[in-house]
Amino acid sequence: MAARKMKIRARVQDRGGVEVLVLVRHPMETGLRKDKETKKTIPAHFIQAMKVEHNGRLVAEAELGIAVAANPIMGFGLKDAKAGDKLRVSWQDNRGESGAMEHAISLD
Amino acid sequence: MTDLRRRDILRTAAMGTALAVAAGAGLLQPRRVLAAWPAKVFDAKDRDSAVKALFGTSTVHSSDKISFNASPQAEDGSSVPVSVTSNIPGTDAIAVLVHENIRPMTAWLKIGEASPYFRLGIKMAKSSKVEFVVRAGGKLYSASTTIKVTAGGCGG
Repeated sequence: MAARKMKIRARVQDRGGVEVLVLVRHPMETGLRKDKETKKTIPAHFIQAMKVEHNGRLVAEAELGIAVAANPIMGFGLKDAKAGDKLRVSWQDNRGESGAMEHAISLD
Repeated sequence: MTDLRRRDILRTAAMGTALAVAAGAGLLQPRRVLAAWPAKVFDAKDRDSAVKALFGTSTVHSSDKISFNASPQAEDGSSVPVSVTSNIPGTDAIAVLVHENIRPMTAWLKIGEASPYFRLGIKMAKSSKVEFVVRAGGKLYSASTTIKVTAGGCGG
């Protein structure tokens, strides 16, 4: 099965912080919708956890529920970060699917 | 080796591979598999229960040190962007709740060395108060805003 598309953008901002934006192509299905044709409930399928590592250290971890929007763009902030620093963002969903991506912080 | 035996081995290997791929794709797992995911927090049906399930108390102090970006009106409730920054020293968690959703707890961030900042798109079933609860130094603080939704975004 192909990995879900993931994108990371991390740029040093004017104020000196770094905003990390992470996009994952994921349906974030609530489990509350019914298929219009079959009338069957579409099972829940959503990212439950996302971890952000900066130069190998876990610096933030988000836990998500069904009310996070589909194809979520999640934003995090880093302190004491500079261009070239390594980031790793990983996620896991309620069906045991997971994904991860590494990224180097760039200059704006 | 004989052709028959080779086919047996290849078939077994292929099945093993298929199982591995299926496991990796999460197809063999039960629906809510992550033991660590706090179902009690996310399934809570009202704001107080959700905050209490997550933080141990639902008592919050309002704070002007929590800043956020959220448009007061959302055309499409299926994806409403919000971002929040806590300027309270010692912030180690930020939770986002949508009061009028069936299950108000939307997401929360455990903060280690990261900045106390969180941005995400949320689904809103209808116009609602959106609350940001911050934990700092063992106490809870909160700021809220009302977002009006023109077209709700949880149902099919």
